[in-house]
Amino acid sequence: MEDEVRVPINGDADLVAARAEGRALAERLGFPRPDPVLIATAISEVARNIVVHVGRGEITLRPFEEPDRYGLVVIASDAGPGIRDIEAAVHDDYSGSGGLGLGLPGARRLMDDFRVVSGPDTGTTVTMTKWRFRDELARVREERRRG
Amino acid sequence: MSVAILRQGDYLIASIQSDLSDTEVVELRGELAELVGTYRARGIVVDVAALDVIDSFVARSLRAIVLTASLRGAETVIVGIQPDVAIAMVQFRLNLEPLRVALDLDAAISLLDRLTRGDAEDGG
Amino acid sequence: MDEQPDRSAADAEVDQDAASLLQELVAYLRDNRTELREEWARRISEAELLGVMSDEEIFSEATEVYDNYVDALETGSIETLQTYARELSERIIPRGVETHEVLGIVLLLRDVLARSLFAQYQDDLELLNRILDAYEPAANRIAVTVGVSFVEERERVIHDQQEAMRELSTPVLQLRERLLILPIIGVLDSARARQLTEQLLAAIRDNRATVVVIDITGVATIDRTVANHLVQTVEASRLMGASTILTGLSSEIAQTLVDLDVDLGMMKTVGDLQGGLEEAERLAGYRGGPAGDATGDVET
Repeated sequence: MEDEVRVPINGDADLVAARAEGRALAERLGFPRPDPVLIATAISEVARNIVVHVGRGEITLRPFEEPDRYGLVVIASDAGPGIRDIEAAVHDDYSGSGGLGLGLPGARRLMDDFRVVSGPDTGTTVTMTKWRFRDELARVREERRRG
Repeated sequence: MSVAILRQGDYLIASIQSDLSDTEVVELRGELAELVGTYRARGIVVDVAALDVIDSFVARSLRAIVLTASLRGAETVIVGIQPDVAIAMVQFRLNLEPLRVALDLDAAISLLDRLTRGDAEDGG
Repeated sequence: MDEQPDRSAADAEVDQDAASLLQELVAYLRDNRTELREEWARRISEAELLGVMSDEEIFSEATEVYDNYVDALETGSIETLQTYARELSERIIPRGVETHEVLGIVLLLRDVLARSLFAQYQDDLELLNRILDAYEPAANRIAVTVGVSFVEERERVIHDQQEAMRELSTPVLQLRERLLILPIIGVLDSARARQLTEQLLAAIRDNRATVVVIDITGVATIDRTVANHLVQTVEASRLMGASTILTGLSSEIAQTLVDLDVDLGMMKTVGDLQGGLEEAERLAGYRGGPAGDATGDVET
């Protein structure tokens, strides 16, 4: 069972560490390619937002292992002024412009689950998850169940 | 050193050796902009094979390198994008115009030869 | 509020009743093991089930199933039975035993035991009813357990076979230097599409390919997810310096792509494989087309 990893984000050098930790942990958990790179890329985007817009914050990498599936929850949190328009921040148009330049729409496309909670008093917390079925058969059964 | 920049004839070859911090990426931009002028380079190859992650910032910076070089008369080719990175960039929907890409250094040099020869023939 | 204690006392009494009945039942089934087992094996032959197995084998497995069955009745725990059922399935599936046969024999055992209970307790219908009340849910649970274990094991086997076939049937071939072809045959789902992308990109890198032909003549239909996957594969290939030609689109797939409003963007498509190969050779510089390498433009 892998442990949680925390990466403090205080400057852009920390992004290098966050990317590396994220990728390494994803590989240890058994994510098939290209997932570790997708996860590291998403981490890079949200971690950079912390550096650029707030100055300091933290990335938490929380693995989870269940009988049928495994995954990684990435939590990027800061105590900054918050995102005014979350909807605009998280969506972009088809050509990729928009998203207020925060890279969140792209990060969202790389992960399976993506949530943003943000406010002037609470700072910003981005929680994104990527997960896989352990067993191809479990995946096929789930797809069938969903119809 | 995180980036090795060599000269090969009229071309500059920037070989990124490891994951770069944002500051290092900005430094690379500046250095290439300057060296293109210093050596009147006609082409730049940026080798990103050592990058495990190309995110929106790196993509923007690569675009900036291409545009700046172009303003100073040089073509730029990006080489060495890894398979997983390519998938990530596409899934992310990173805007990749006007990048020229090639698989590796040899392919890039051939491409630059063709592009710059073409320029010479057209007289510009 | 006053009803509660009474009801739970009554329930407890019933449960105890059921428990002791079950014990009596289990004892009865063990005492009459030999005859009941033989009766069961006889009924199996009569119903012409398990034809692929010899009589000795049937008897031996029947013994095993019977004992596990009675144990499960006694303990209420189906885990041992589940494990046994899975192992049994592993043994008999390669022999060609089918689902209806497995369900058939389990139901036959249920019938044999029920009949025997009728015979034994026919003089006391009230007792018989209580015994059946205890027996039926347990027996049904057992039937379901065995049936489900078998079916799941079968699915696993089929799935493994498909995986093996998948590995064999998705080679990326080097046609000429710098020119790869990826013929796709059969059902294309998103797991397979992902695997193909990985294989293709690795092949582009390993073969220094500049042109790739993806042929989908052998693919009947695709959905939006897979279509998008294909597009992404083409775009990722371009980032590695290779241009892609998609060939062999059936009219159905062509219409699907249009209906789904899939952005084929810069992807070249050619109707038939032959035409696609010629175009590819031209692009790769084999037919007096652009020299040497592809232009490498992202937007070409």
